[in-house]
Order: sequence, then structure tokens, then C-alpha cells
Amino acid sequence: MGPQGLGLEITELRLGLPGGGGERSEKKRRVVCGGGGGGKNRDMDVVVVGWPPVCLYRKKSIQVRKMYVKVSMDGEPILRKVDLSCFQGYCDLGMALENLFHCHGIGEAMKEESESGEYVAIYEDKDGDWMLVGDVPWLMFTETCKRLGIKKRSDANGIVPCK
Amino acid sequence: MVYSLPEEVLEHVFSFITLDKDRNAVSLVCKSWYEIERWCRRRIFVGNCYAVSPSIMTRRFPEVRSVELKGKPHFADFNLVPEGWGGFACPWISEMSRAYPWLEEIRLKRMVVTDESLELISTSFKNFKVLVLSSCEGFSTDGLAAIAANCRNLRKLDLRESEVMDLSGHWLSHFPNTCTSLESLNIACLGSEVSFSALERLVGRSPNLKILRLNRAVPLEKLSTLLCRAPQLVELGTGAYSSGIRSDVYSSLSKAFLGCKELKGLSGFWDVDPSYLLAFYSVCSRLTSLNLSYATIRSPDITKVISQCPNLQRLWVLDHVEDSGLNAVALSCKDLRELRVFPSDPYIADANVTLTEQGLVSVSEGCPKLQSVLYFCRQMSNSALITIARNRPNLICFRLCVIEPRAPDYLTLEPLDVGFGAIVEHCKELRRLSLSGLLTDRVFEYIGRHAKRLEMLSIAFAGNSDLGLHHVLSGCDGLRKLEIRDCPFGDKALLANVAKLETMRSLWMSSCAVSYGACKFLSQKMPMLNVEVIDENGSLDSRFDSCPVEKLYIYRTVAGPRSDMPGYIRTIDRDRVNTIS
Repeated sequence: MGPQGLGLEITELRLGLPGGGGERSEKKRRVVCGGGGGGKNRDMDVVVVGWPPVCLYRKKSIQVRKMYVKVSMDGEPILRKVDLSCFQGYCDLGMALENLFHCHGIGEAMKEESESGEYVAIYEDKDGDWMLVGDVPWLMFTETCKRLGIKKRSDANGIVPCK
Repeated sequence: MVYSLPEEVLEHVFSFITLDKDRNAVSLVCKSWYEIERWCRRRIFVGNCYAVSPSIMTRRFPEVRSVELKGKPHFADFNLVPEGWGGFACPWISEMSRAYPWLEEIRLKRMVVTDESLELISTSFKNFKVLVLSSCEGFSTDGLAAIAANCRNLRKLDLRESEVMDLSGHWLSHFPNTCTSLESLNIACLGSEVSFSALERLVGRSPNLKILRLNRAVPLEKLSTLLCRAPQLVELGTGAYSSGIRSDVYSSLSKAFLGCKELKGLSGFWDVDPSYLLAFYSVCSRLTSLNLSYATIRSPDITKVISQCPNLQRLWVLDHVEDSGLNAVALSCKDLRELRVFPSDPYIADANVTLTEQGLVSVSEGCPKLQSVLYFCRQMSNSALITIARNRPNLICFRLCVIEPRAPDYLTLEPLDVGFGAIVEHCKELRRLSLSGLLTDRVFEYIGRHAKRLEMLSIAFAGNSDLGLHHVLSGCDGLRKLEIRDCPFGDKALLANVAKLETMRSLWMSSCAVSYGACKFLSQKMPMLNVEVIDENGSLDSRFDSCPVEKLYIYRTVAGPRSDMPGYIRTIDRDRVNTIS
């Protein structure tokens, strides 16, 4: 049972006021995919203010951002990309990097102070400096990380994880 | 001949009567009871700040100690009320500073508060104890500095969800060293860093501090320091809940939590790193309230925590909890009274989490004391709603949001009329209801017939005709607040139920089909109502009677039309209406 034919035209979601009129200001727009009930009409993007009813305070706190960064590995000509916003923390990131490059031990190397593990993970921050992954809180890391690198421990002279 | 008791005795008896409803009843008995009662009423609650004027309040009740006011309509939370609408606290605070030198408590919700007003509060009331600003705006940290500096006996400063202009984190340092009375501090909404040393010292010299809600900027490394200073805390809101991976934060944190033997409520948890979650393991068995609704952690981690909390009464969580997490709630949390599940990604059509109607059904089965529900999900069925209704006839508050507007029962593709009908039929004590999904006039027929105790109803994208609104207005005897958006309700239902509107606090209708002419008629017929028309785009003066109004806010008042509206809002003026036609 779809909305057509029940006289619901007046409640059709569309740009502008009922009875005609201009568009509202952009800053209040929110996108809800899907046109209306009755079917999976996901192709139509319709703009509805204030729906779903999530209050402003909460909306500001949970902002979903995509954070794709390049990951390079010594000796590998092809770089990869990962979305930092997908990870919960350093452990997740470590596992993902291990899977991408088939190099064991990166996750462990992040956590422990031991000298074991062939590779270490480093990142370039906003200032252009190369830093060891794992020192700062996760969110701070995701905000400052511009790109990632996986280096052989033997090449990363002087970079030693310490407390 | 009736002998009445002496005034002092009556006053003493009245002091045991605290509910506003009862106090109002007492004042209606006779003139002398009215007089005695008004001199000894200490708490005032004004649900709509425009329903009465400050001077009317102070004239009738001269000895008030606590005032609570609400300003903007509820839909302001969702951006439906335009900027500058109103809800200004200033005239109230000015009048109270003049009339109530012994005022101790001010609670404001959805109001605009200025730094000047905060300053006035801080200097006008010698015994000021409690300031709660809930979803307010218009003030900065300068105003907070004045409160901190001047309120010698401040017990509670709660800024819940307010929008504060963050000028400096040093306002906290304005609390004098002699201030040791603080019992509750909620600064969770502040964006920038507060001076940690000032915070630490304040916490350290406040032996009665029971509630502390930090803001996101307080790093996890510093949390254990604060907890060690305040092991008597009953409720804690953490700041950001993650740290560098190689720190020893975990051990000092879990030790600190171990020392907090009174801790019953936890919130905060922004930017959660799951590896730190079980640092508060030792507190879990005592927890009655847990707010993880800002924590974007996945289901297995949430489930692990929840399974440790058998005494939970209130749980707020994101839809990452998924059906599996809610099954754990149903198994472990037999004392649960309130569940809120918020959407992690409200603006995409397809779910990326496995949270369905099943989760709510499980909780309704497993938690016998469940009274209050707020649930965002992407699919719902009539059968699930019927099951929930049968399981939990003790529900008092049921707010369901199926994210896609007008989404039908996903199994049968029918409207959700019957499901919501079951809710109102079985839950006879239901006071608050929010509807969503595909709904016809039928659901309103059920609501009008069964929801006799309903006080607040929120409707969106529902109904077919005026009959729907008529069912609600004519059937819901206890209705106080009605808010409607994007429904095909027009003039007929409103005009057939004018008297009803005076028994309610307020009615909000936006993007419906009410005409300007009907508003004029309503205003003429009902002098005790303010009929406010909001039109941000067009010109209100050139409206024809047949034009639909964009937004409409009708409320009862003894204060007459208000004078603080911006240009795009007009109270339909009764006198002008007479001359125009």
C-alpha cells in the first residue's frame, strides 16, 4: 500500500514550502535516502529537515567522517589506502596492516617495547614529521595522521618504542 | 459554623504537599486557603514561559525558593524552530532578582540565557545553590565565571547539553578556595579544555561532590587523578576514553575505579578505545545507570560490559549494541527500567548494524520492569509491536523511530496501525508516545479510544485526513502536549475541538494543512490562546485566508500575546482580525 491515491500529496517530501515558495537555506538540509513508504525506492534522495529526530547536541558529537590515508611499504611499489575512521583503535589498525601487506608483527610491535617483529608502523603528521605509531591517543592520531608507512625495523634506526 | 484551623497549622500541613497538582487543588478550596498556600509555596514550575508573565508569578507567590522554566517547543531540538524564536530568560531573571532575594534554585530548559543574566543571578541571590541550564544557549564561559566567583554556597552547576560560547577554560579557576559546597558539576557540553589544575583543586576541596560529568577534552590519563580525589562519587561522566597504546593508564585507572565504592552511574565515553573498557570492571556490579550513547564501540565489546551489570536500571546505547547485545541485556539486566537506543548513522538508508525490531522484543520479554523506551531502528513489524505491548503493559513512555519516513511493516507491507494500536490498548498507563512508520487515520482512532492517560504525543508523516487529528483531540483526555509535522491535518479537526486546546499546554503543527483563515478564527474564538504563525519565507501580511501556514504554535496563556517575537512570527491579533474582514 503506497502513499499515492490516498490524498497524501500535500505531505510529499519535496523542496520548498507547501503552496510554493523558494528553497530553504542550505545549512538546515539533511539527506534521507528513499522517497516514501511502500517500496525500496532508494534511488530518490529526498531532503527533510529535522528527521530522523536526533537532537543537535548528539548530532555534533557523532560525526562520521571518512579518513582515507595512503599506506606505503618498503620494497612495495604499489601503495594501499585505509580508512582510519573504520578502526576502533591501534589493535584494529595493526591487524588491518598485517592483512594488507602480509607482514606479521606490526600490531605487536605497536604495543610492546620488545625488539621483536621485523616491521614497525610509522606515520607522517600534519607538520610533515615522521612519527612512531602508538604514542598518542587514538583519536588524536587519526586527526593528525596524513599517511602511513611500514618500515623494516632495521631501517628505522633510532626509532625505538619506549614508555 | 465551620471552625478553621489556625494559619500556622494549615501552613505546616501544606508544607507536606509538594506536587504542583495538589498545591493547585489546595489553593482552590477557599479564599483563606488560597492566601495561606500562596505565601508558603516554595517551588514553581512553568512548563511554557509564555503561559504566564514573571510579574504574575512574583505577585501571587512572594516566597519562592526554586523556579523551573521551559522555553522553546520540543521540536526545537530537531532544528524545526527558527533562530530567534524566543524563550528569553532575561525578563524572568530580572524580575526574580527584584522579588526573590532568597531564591536558591533556577532550572531552565530550552531557553536563551545571556552572560548578563548569569551575572545578575550570581549577585542577586545570597543563598543561591542550584543552577541547571538544560539545552540552553546564548551565554559564554564569562557568565560561568561570574557564577563560580560569586555564588558562595553553590551546590549544583549543571550545563546539560547547552551550547556555550567557549571563550576560556579559566572560568573554573574563579571558584574561590573557600568554596567547598559543590555537590554536582556537569560540564560535559563544553568544547574546549578547562584548566585541569583548577578542576583538580576544586574536586579535591569538595567533600560532598557526588556527581561529576567531565567534558571530552579531559584526557583519560588525568581521570584517575580526579577519581582518587573524589572516591565518594556516585555518578561520573568521563572525558575522552582513549589513550596512547603504550601507556600505563589502564592500571592506574582500574585502581582508581576500585576505590570508588559508591559509584552507581557512568556516562561520557567519547572516542572509546575498547581496551580500556574493562578498567571500570570493578564498578559494573553496582551500576544502575550506564550511558554509552557516545561510544562507537562494537557489539561484542558492549555485550561484555553489559553482561557484568546485573543491577542496571537505565541503559543508553548506540545501535552498535545490535540485537545480540540487547539479548544480553534481556538476560542480564532484570532490573532495567529505561532503554534508549540511538542511531549511529542516522542519515543513510541501509543499516550497517544488525539492530532490528528483535532486539526490542527481547528486552520487552526479559526485563519485567521496563517502563521507558526510546528506540531508533530501520525496520518494524506489527507482530513485533503487538508482542512488545503484550509483554510490557507497564510501559509509561514509548518512543519509536523507524528511520525511513512512512516505512510500512517490513513483513506484510501494511501500515503499523495495528501495532501501535496494541501498544495503547495494553499499556494503560502510557504517558508519552512517539509514532513513526506508515500510519493511517486508523492508528489515531486506536489512540483516541485507548490512550486516556497519554500526556504527550509526537506525530510525523502520518495519517490521511483531519479525522486522524480529530480522534486524538476528542479522545485523549489527558493530552497536554501535541507536536505534529508533515501530516495532512487541516482546519476541520482544529475548529471542531477548539475547547480542547485550552486544556493543553501547547500544540505544534508544521508542514501540515492548516490555513491562515482558520488561525484567525481560532484566535478570535479563544482569547486564552496565543495562536502564533511562523513563516520564514513569505510575508505574513499578504497571506490570504486560504493559504496554508508553514508552522503553527498554539498555547494557552494568561499573559496575552508576547512582544519579543522576530518578524517572521506573528500572534494572530484578535483586534486586527476584526478590522480586516
